Amino acid sequence: MTGFRLDEGGALIDRARPLSFRFDGHSEIGFAGDTLASALLASGHRLFGRSFKYHRPRGLLGAGPEEPNALMTLGDSSDREPNIQATMAEVYEGLSAESQNRWPSLKHDLMAGPLALMAPGLKAGFYYKTFMGPGRKAWDFYEPIIRRAAGLGRASHAPDDSRYEKTNAFCDVLVVGGGPAGLAAALTAARSGARVLLADETAAFGGSLFESLASLDGMAAQDWAENAVAELTALPTVRLLPRTTVYGYYDGNVLGAVERVQDHLAERDPDLPRHRHWTVHAGRVVLATGAIERPLVFAGNDLPGVMLASAVERYLTRYAVAAGRSAVVFGANNAIYRSAERLKAAGVDVRAVVDARPNPPQEPAHHIASAGIALHAGTLVSEATGRRGLKAVRLARADASGQPRDGWTETIETELLAVSGGWTPTIHLASQAGGPPVWSADRDAFLPGTPREAWTAAGAANGTADLAALMADGARAAGEAASSLGFDSGVTVVPTIEDPDATATPVRPLRAIRTRKGRGKAFVDFQNDVTASDVRLAHQEGYRSVEHLKRYTTLGMATDQGKTSNVNALALMAEAQGAAIPEVGTTRFRPPYTPVSLGALAGREVGAHFRPVRRTPMHDWHVAQGADMIAAGAWMRPRVYRRDGESVTDAYIREARTVREAAGMVDVSTLGKITVQGPDAGEFLNRVYVNGFGKLAVGKARYGVMLREDGFVYDDGTTWRLADDDFLMTTTTANAAGVLARLEKHLAVDWPDLRVAVASATDQWAGLALAGPKSREILQRVIDDLDLSNEGTPFMAVRRAHVGSMPVIVARLSFSGELAYEVHCGARDGLAVWEAIHEAGQTSGLVAYGTEALGTLRIEKGHVSGPELDGRTTLADLGMAKMASTKKPFVGQALMDRAAMTVADRKLMVGLKVLDDRPVRTGAHIVSDTMPESVASLGHVTSPTYSPALGCHIALALVSGGGKEGDRLTVVDPIRSGEHIPVEVVSPHFFDPEGDRLHG
Amino acid sequence: MRIPCPVCGPRSVSEFTYEGDATVTRPALDADADAWFAAVYQRANPRGPHSELWHHMGGCRSIIRVERDTGTHAITGASLVSPHEASE
Amino acid sequence: MRYSLSSLIANTLNGHKSWPVAWRKAEPRPAYDAIIVGGGGHGLATAYYLAKEHGLTNVAVLEKGWLASGNIGRNTTIIRSNYMLPGNTHFYEWSLKLWETLSRELNFNAMVSQRGVINLAHTPAQLDAYARRGNAMRLAGVDAELLDRAELARRVPGLDLSDGARFPVLGGICQPRGGTVRHDAVAWGYARAADRLGVDIIENCAVTGFTFDGDRVSGVETTRGAIAAKKVGVAVAGSTSEVMRLAGFDRLPIESHVLQAFVSEGLKPFLDTVVTFGAGHLYISQSDKGGLVFGGDIDGYNSYAQRGNLPVVEDVAATACAMFPSLSRLRLLRSWGGIMDMSMDGSPIIDRTPKPGLYLNAGWCYGGFKATPASGWCFAHTIAKDEPHPLNAAFSLDRFRTGALLDERGAGATPRLH
Repeated sequence: MTGFRLDEGGALIDRARPLSFRFDGHSEIGFAGDTLASALLASGHRLFGRSFKYHRPRGLLGAGPEEPNALMTLGDSSDREPNIQATMAEVYEGLSAESQNRWPSLKHDLMAGPLALMAPGLKAGFYYKTFMGPGRKAWDFYEPIIRRAAGLGRASHAPDDSRYEKTNAFCDVLVVGGGPAGLAAALTAARSGARVLLADETAAFGGSLFESLASLDGMAAQDWAENAVAELTALPTVRLLPRTTVYGYYDGNVLGAVERVQDHLAERDPDLPRHRHWTVHAGRVVLATGAIERPLVFAGNDLPGVMLASAVERYLTRYAVAAGRSAVVFGANNAIYRSAERLKAAGVDVRAVVDARPNPPQEPAHHIASAGIALHAGTLVSEATGRRGLKAVRLARADASGQPRDGWTETIETELLAVSGGWTPTIHLASQAGGPPVWSADRDAFLPGTPREAWTAAGAANGTADLAALMADGARAAGEAASSLGFDSGVTVVPTIEDPDATATPVRPLRAIRTRKGRGKAFVDFQNDVTASDVRLAHQEGYRSVEHLKRYTTLGMATDQGKTSNVNALALMAEAQGAAIPEVGTTRFRPPYTPVSLGALAGREVGAHFRPVRRTPMHDWHVAQGADMIAAGAWMRPRVYRRDGESVTDAYIREARTVREAAGMVDVSTLGKITVQGPDAGEFLNRVYVNGFGKLAVGKARYGVMLREDGFVYDDGTTWRLADDDFLMTTTTANAAGVLARLEKHLAVDWPDLRVAVASATDQWAGLALAGPKSREILQRVIDDLDLSNEGTPFMAVRRAHVGSMPVIVARLSFSGELAYEVHCGARDGLAVWEAIHEAGQTSGLVAYGTEALGTLRIEKGHVSGPELDGRTTLADLGMAKMASTKKPFVGQALMDRAAMTVADRKLMVGLKVLDDRPVRTGAHIVSDTMPESVASLGHVTSPTYSPALGCHIALALVSGGGKEGDRLTVVDPIRSGEHIPVEVVSPHFFDPEGDRLHG
Repeated sequence: MRIPCPVCGPRSVSEFTYEGDATVTRPALDADADAWFAAVYQRANPRGPHSELWHHMGGCRSIIRVERDTGTHAITGASLVSPHEASE
Repeated sequence: MRYSLSSLIANTLNGHKSWPVAWRKAEPRPAYDAIIVGGGGHGLATAYYLAKEHGLTNVAVLEKGWLASGNIGRNTTIIRSNYMLPGNTHFYEWSLKLWETLSRELNFNAMVSQRGVINLAHTPAQLDAYARRGNAMRLAGVDAELLDRAELARRVPGLDLSDGARFPVLGGICQPRGGTVRHDAVAWGYARAADRLGVDIIENCAVTGFTFDGDRVSGVETTRGAIAAKKVGVAVAGSTSEVMRLAGFDRLPIESHVLQAFVSEGLKPFLDTVVTFGAGHLYISQSDKGGLVFGGDIDGYNSYAQRGNLPVVEDVAATACAMFPSLSRLRLLRSWGGIMDMSMDGSPIIDRTPKPGLYLNAGWCYGGFKATPASGWCFAHTIAKDEPHPLNAAFSLDRFRTGALLDERGAGATPRLH
């Protein structure tokens, strides 16, 4: 046992609420307010995880988001959540946590021994140099083994039942970080009247005020923080977001944040999400993101028991946990003296303060001397020893360069070594939204670069250490932010501060302490097991730029993203190059600052809600009639209405045959419908369609084809002239939105002089097509205000009428080649009109048909559809070259006849008739004869069907050169069958080429 | 990224569809293939200031000319391409 | 020093003291037979094949920043040759064949992992479209197979195969020889192998201009001085327009767009293949280190910024969770952006230019990584022989003028749709 709970204190824990939880199957206890880390530390745990590569035993290094070692899997088998930092997870009753990357147990990891033996070979990049043989397939053998050894936690494949949600927030000033600078900033901005959002990644606002011994406005720092939070909470213009990580800074002052709403609760409210994603649209941002303490690089620095001094203090003050019964404190700044005093005051046997500086400042030195703590000035911890945890530290005198002289001078047994290598400002967000970080030799740190967005960094994030200074910095930043937005900034909230720690800390850079040969590994990146010698090897092999160093050694690529390793690594590389740190450079930080759940980013757009579903007004009818519904883009359409025992094929053949013999009706509500209105509407349509529309008579429809600007066919459909200046354009289902966007762009950008307005009417209309020889008699039964005869409603006529009291537009159009009418009505009448016509048709044998029969009927007629309009076909390819007007120019005309678009071997649309009784399938290819699969493809089958009208299998196809009618070809489908199916090239107009039936 | 729609105010980029370089104008429909080739295929594609069209598909459906830096994404201006007169 | 188990053991015993630099830090010489502008995957591969296949060793690769700082180190590492149009199929198949022997050829383990690439289908029409593509591949001698739901369930645990999905999965197409490769290793491996053959790899050397003798290129001006060259090949991906402008090409059929990529925290083996979604755009695989690597659409606007915006992040996350409903509890570790040279038909350009001696390799859209070996191989051929190889004959610069387009998606001249 090492760490223990103090009898009193602990700002965040509630001793009245003990909690029990499980760790690696054993029962543990903690208090409400504990993190998993603090609770386990309090019960004497030192071992928290195993490292990624060598499976070395690891303990806690930090106490917050910087923690590289203590990653846990939370939850039970099916809903387990891997790689959670124990320092960020709050304990709740019943929590179940498991250590990772070890087998069979954390204490006895069988991987650790062999890996320790192999470790000398497993230097940076070793895997690039081996595993290449024997044989070409060697990697196939090694990779699965390496994959199993790598990775961290084990994720579950079971669906996640948790709910996540997304929301937006708009504020004047966003303050990121609720420490002293952030609180001063939030108060200042809030009192100016600005709308303020204050987010902190932890459960409690206050930050380093929890550790402060200062008095603020005569209050203890912790009380001041409590008052500040109370004031902010009471203001209606302020929103406080605890447990909320602002992880990403995007363009236009848009920031992403994730609030962990319920992760800390034992009883989760089903009405609340687990995580909530905030998209914050901020006027100005104050980045009061604090700083992270740097570890030191020396032999054995990864032993459990070696911790950051600031973390040691946090466990003391916030959770009343001492991290060990005996301690040594090591660093080169004044903060270590406070840490030593704190530990001593908590009852820890502080055996030494090791200050690398030869002449430590007198006052703190005097303090610890009077507390009875030995001071070793000008001394280094050159090595930490122990097997599964720290047992002792070895001290060595520092030479002038700050490196150990030969040999160690003393060995001190200790359970805890608190280290401080200085501070790294948390500049992740600043770097995401700003220029490169700027090295400050003065502060021995990278500071925020030039902002690209409207932010100001404040406090420790700016490299400020002194409490009064950093609070003033926060208040200043917020004051400027508020006043720049027009808020009265007469107030800046800077408390009167008396701080015993307020001595300026002379910085002496202290990072990597040279390791004597054979004295153990000195780690730079703990999680990815990158050592100081790995960095040197990368240099030796020429991987010297920061990015090469990172990528070659994997430094900073672990889940902690190098929060504690970056500067130490740069310092080592700088030393190897004989350069200064800024010459080596730094890497750009990228979102997210800390890992973000994919669920929060997805929000509710999961499962059936991933994308909206569009249903026609007749949808429920189709479903009630047993239709197989099929997706057509976002729409759902009936594919076939299968009757008992029917296959899809049986059903579509029956439906199509019924249309030709009697009548059928199909839901065409999904067709795109665009109103084109205005005095120049005819001219406008003339420009967008290849064929002429200007002279279309009122009350008539015309089929039109439009090209893209590059001359390839884009879309087709009929457009109806309802009045002189009023057209209704129909488009394919797939291109409805795209066509409208094009029309809008033409009108706004290309031809602003045209007096035309366009609008989508797709959702406002429902439509059906009624086709077949009996369609007229059926429709006439429900319409008595329109003569449907050839005289009253000739082919291509568009007429207004009523079904009952419901107004409809009847258009005599035919996609099937039969006598046919489209009936369109207001969406709300869609079902009633459909049912009325369906009812009226029953005595005539009317059936409803789906998209399969629709396809069959149009293939029999040789009408093109989506499979032919694939974005690569020209008018000529589709046999429609004659449609193009020569009397007026149109979009795509200039480029449609380019050299390669008119060559003889282009794939042209043809009809194919299968010469035996086997079906061919869409996507099958066409070869010249019955030779095997290696024969070059001549094209492919676009739209096949069994033709009930012809009694054989037919298809539309795109075939190189097109062939000529009567040519024999072979259809092959090697990916689905070994069959070779003989076909004959025929006209694509298989059925009733003269069109007698539709004029009937 | 937020685009300052002159009609709707600043809105998330997710409401807009990009329509490319605004300095490329379409020639007359009866212009020759060379002119259309240039308009359809050829782009300056600069790093730095860029005039470009955005279609406010999820909003007022206006086409907006936006001045944006392709190196920094900073937006310095936005205007309606073809302001419709109030009387229309 | 050759990399091998024995050299690794020898170095382990001597404390790794004798590993040499992977490639020399070459200083620019006054003149070269050929200069490749762009020290990314394609440029380095080109230099390697110029030396290896064409005996042209007096070659320099000029890189503006650090080697492989562009898309070769920013992609989602997928390799495949599952293309439909003949002009693409044969080229990418040649690339895949080169991948299969690359580690041994370069003596650098690029971790070529042929774990299969699966595209999911969500409608019968999509299955048919995959059959069309698969048949085209099979007829061209490329491996492809259709998978049913049961087989998908076996190969891809955790995939949402339920009928309650918004776009229920009906099946898929798989190219078993597709897979992933350790991207940085490709660049380093080519750099090291080219260096051994005598190629000078010059980092931190930005091209600031081109020099011409009449119309014929005679060299480049750089931040490290003028360098003469008989031939200059440009392979700078997202920077193509900016670099070619220096050579007098003010406009090209290319727009630069940002593509974001994402990686999750490290996990024990979770996904053993590469899967792409069919009702949206998402591709996902797991790296050997354990991170799930995934990406989706480009942001959809001109950009040189190497970072994208939140709507695409959210959409990619939603699509990933739609595919794997367990992913929502996992966490995104890092995102980044690369600048894609989006061509106007979605296919690349490897060709001569109207200026003799100047060659262009560009327009890779999303697909540049898997093309790296064949791109270098074909570009080297084009430069050495001053004419395209049949494999890259379709990737001509003038196809936009003639209409001989290679538009796999049929989307037309709108880069953001490819």
